[in-house]
Amino acid sequence: MSSDVVPPVDASASAPPIVARAPGLDDRFGRLEIVFWLLAIAPLLVLPDYLVLASQVLIAALFALSLDLILGYAGIVSLGHAAFFGVGAYVAGLLSVRGHAEPLSGLVVAALASGVVGFCTSFLVVGGHGLTRLMVTLAVGLSLHEAANQASSVTGGTDGLSGMETSDLLSLLPFDMLGKTAYLYVLGVCFVVFLLVRRLVHSPFGLSLRGIRENERRMHALGAPVQRRLIEVYTLAAALAGVAGALSAQTTEFVGLETLGFDRSAGALVMLVLGGAGRLYGAFVGSCLFMLLQSVFSDIHPAYWQFWMGCLVMLIAFFARGGILGYASDMLMRLRERRALSAAAPAARTRA
Amino acid sequence: MIAKFGSSWLSVWLLALGVVLSSCRSSDAAKTEAEPAPGATRPAEAASDAIKVGLLAPFSGPFASLGAQIEGGIKAYLDTQGGNIDGRKVELLVRDDTGAPDVAKRLAQGLIVRDQVDFIAGFALTPVAMAVAPLATEAKKPMVIMNAATSSITTKSPYVVRVSLTLPQVTAPLATWAAKNGIHDVYSLVSDYAPGADAEAQFKKTFEAAGGKVVAADKVPVNNPDFAPFVQRVKDAKPEAVFVFVPAGTQGIAFMKAARERGLTEAGIRIIATGDLTEDQQIDPMGDAALGVVTTHHYSAAHASPENDAFKAAFAKVAGTQLRPNFMAVGGYDGMAAIAAVVRKLGPGKIDGDRAIEAFEGLELSSPRGPIRIDPETRDVIQTVYVRKVEKRGESYYNVEFEEYPAQKDPGK
Amino acid sequence: MASFFGIVFDGVAYGSLLFLISIGLSVTMGLMNIVNLAHGAFAMFGGYLSVWLSARGVPFLVTLPLCFVALGLAGAGCERVFYQRLRRRSQLDQVLFTIGLTFVAVASAMLVWGPVEQRVELPGALRGQLQVLGVGLGAYRAFLIALVAVLSIGLVLLVEKTTFGARVRASVDNESVSAGLGIPVDRVFCLTFAFGSGLAGLGGALSIDVLGLEPTFALKYLVYFLLVVSVGGAGSLGGTAVASLVLGSFDVAGKYYVPEVGAFIIYGLMIVLLLVFPAGLYGRRA
Repeated sequence: MSSDVVPPVDASASAPPIVARAPGLDDRFGRLEIVFWLLAIAPLLVLPDYLVLASQVLIAALFALSLDLILGYAGIVSLGHAAFFGVGAYVAGLLSVRGHAEPLSGLVVAALASGVVGFCTSFLVVGGHGLTRLMVTLAVGLSLHEAANQASSVTGGTDGLSGMETSDLLSLLPFDMLGKTAYLYVLGVCFVVFLLVRRLVHSPFGLSLRGIRENERRMHALGAPVQRRLIEVYTLAAALAGVAGALSAQTTEFVGLETLGFDRSAGALVMLVLGGAGRLYGAFVGSCLFMLLQSVFSDIHPAYWQFWMGCLVMLIAFFARGGILGYASDMLMRLRERRALSAAAPAARTRA
Repeated sequence: MIAKFGSSWLSVWLLALGVVLSSCRSSDAAKTEAEPAPGATRPAEAASDAIKVGLLAPFSGPFASLGAQIEGGIKAYLDTQGGNIDGRKVELLVRDDTGAPDVAKRLAQGLIVRDQVDFIAGFALTPVAMAVAPLATEAKKPMVIMNAATSSITTKSPYVVRVSLTLPQVTAPLATWAAKNGIHDVYSLVSDYAPGADAEAQFKKTFEAAGGKVVAADKVPVNNPDFAPFVQRVKDAKPEAVFVFVPAGTQGIAFMKAARERGLTEAGIRIIATGDLTEDQQIDPMGDAALGVVTTHHYSAAHASPENDAFKAAFAKVAGTQLRPNFMAVGGYDGMAAIAAVVRKLGPGKIDGDRAIEAFEGLELSSPRGPIRIDPETRDVIQTVYVRKVEKRGESYYNVEFEEYPAQKDPGK
Repeated sequence: MASFFGIVFDGVAYGSLLFLISIGLSVTMGLMNIVNLAHGAFAMFGGYLSVWLSARGVPFLVTLPLCFVALGLAGAGCERVFYQRLRRRSQLDQVLFTIGLTFVAVASAMLVWGPVEQRVELPGALRGQLQVLGVGLGAYRAFLIALVAVLSIGLVLLVEKTTFGARVRASVDNESVSAGLGIPVDRVFCLTFAFGSGLAGLGGALSIDVLGLEPTFALKYLVYFLLVVSVGGAGSLGGTAVASLVLGSFDVAGKYYVPEVGAFIIYGLMIVLLLVFPAGLYGRRA
């Protein structure tokens, strides 16, 4: 009797295996990825009028990517990440105002500075849990915002830091109003940072982060240095946020208090979740969509923008936790399952 | 894995979003046209001859009321002209800068490069004006400041022209008036940002030169919700008067509330301020607490002149009667009038930035506020500053002018 | 000395207002474990409702209980539809959803009422000053303190002496055991959330005169409410009260004695307090 029944396992052995490839665990550049980066170069050729918007989209994406490191991979929800963006922006701005306007070196210094600030505040953040941790990130963000406001003789306070000039990139390409150089600069930096993060995420370090996000207690039990890992990733995320901030300052030649504000932190959070946290490209997809929707909707009526974005965010929170990329990957997996099942079905039908 | 129920919801939502987006595209184009006057036909060749004016102002966030006033003023002027200047249609491209300078810079760049505007106007806030100034220089586009009041803005680019006011310009006459009218010591209370610093410095300079004394000076954070501790400090120092500068709008109301609660006037301390404290849009909510407050400013809705009546009527027509036009609306009105005058001077053909700036210099206008002139050396506005007192007329409150200081230049430069 | 007394009085008034609005948030976060960033929106709509009613001739004092009831009902509705499902979700989901809700609220307020600040018609008796021991104190603030004090006593009585209160306390302490004992935990949650939202609405109406009301209210003051709840300990009435008084007083005193640093003080204070008391002053959950 039992030999007549063909268990599904046998059927699937003849059909192609449905091993769901955990996305992103292998290190090769997928085809889609190459397409993505080629598309990223396209605006230089195809959309020269929109380069300034494109630069700002990439900067927002970079910032969201730095948030992804702590949120998507390490599981820390932060409402104050813009603090590091702002530190990077102000450092780059102040360097430029004081006469040192070379962009690349300014970028490095800004990244170091925000990394240091991130390191110092990381102890406050990684020590806590749940609500406390969330509040501390918020408090840190607000305190830095207030500090920048108070130190108006240095930062320009509410009026912002103006009088910035970014000198030519590599002493060759000037930063002009059309934004070509700016876009090239931003794209280049983004790509380099992205490679770095990608490498990190696929490394044992990245895996341990995921472990911490999934089950912190177990990681402790396994002997993983949880505290140290969290501090390291928080510091790195802060440094990368600082890079994004410096890029913003250098390409717009202005730094204001809103670089440190809650709106920017919340915006990055929304962008990241919209695209899909824990998937490197989620930051890019999310910020593209967010900024695009914002520029379209704001033109009609600014309040409409906020309203519909709010609705979208609410829906995502309930129904599409993985964001767009999560949804896409789920659809893909379901498609594969269905295909495999239909391949197995004829075999099942042979059973009496 | 999303529940099956959830993924269909998401698809429906994305579909709805797509529909909304595509419908938006068409209405987006519609918004950028100026209202055509009733009965006017659009001549076919006017399209290429049109004057494009980009308006950068906040329409959302904490400064949203500023944008509404400025836009109302501009539209009011255009309404009196039938939507065109000498037969050339005026296209108003409105952009919401949300009060953020980086957004403003990007929008300004778009207006200049993509939309090819002839003039960029608006600028409710100083940081936005500062951020956009370098773009105006690079693109050689005239930049018309309709509200921002920090003295140094016009020095940031040779293409900046201002029709609004500067803080030193309206503060100096107040200090002079106070010294002449028996006030000897004053406590200074200003908001902590560039216009506040301008006001504080100018008041001290003029007041002390006239023999008065500023006993103390406090700076209040810009979006401060509660003035009680600051008012208490003023009360403790027992000066004869308190000089106040806060940004127009909610901060003024917050200050007056605290002053009423703490009984500042009952304690014998007079409140003198720049007109931002009792500006026309927010004076009614202040109620009786504002009676007797003396301010100096360049515009009051109660100013008696035929130009002002025409302005108020046109404003009510385009913006409804809910909003009382204030000095920002006048900034929009006069800014647009100045642009129109320059366009008329330059004649037909493309607007050249350098010639436009030359045309602005020395320009004279009969504004709803009184006569104004653009200083040919500084491209800043020269105007009459009025001393006013808050009085009740019928059910509403107004700033009633009782003294004036004509042809005031910006002493800050 | 008189000014010190005045500052304390102002601090207590400010703190009372914070307490009234934050108590709902504290219970939501402590009881239902939901990070509700939309709480400020409930308070804001309470304010707008009061303005709307006043415009139709309803006296200010009458709008207060009406706002309480209306926002309570709204809270119950939201709880049934949204928050009930949010309880089992991760913190990120809750943060996201409530941020989205707040955006929708702010945008709606902007679209309906515009960006202009709203005015409130206080009854004449509340507009002046009271002379107490030679110090002039704002009548409205005195009214605030008195009202909140009375409400607090009522709350304490409700929580300590009634069956409902006992059920709430049980559910906060241990949800599963309470359910096992037959306590209708779901209904308790719904009622508590409704009550907290109602109080927020009432607080919002009361705060128009002190804090000002315009569409960004929901976000602007959210920070203060969150501060109060996390410092005081979510779920604790006493903790919230102490935290609001402390934060209110320090904020006002800071602005009076050291205005250059003013706003900074409460953030710094909050970080210090959170480091020392990670679960909040009276917190139960770590």
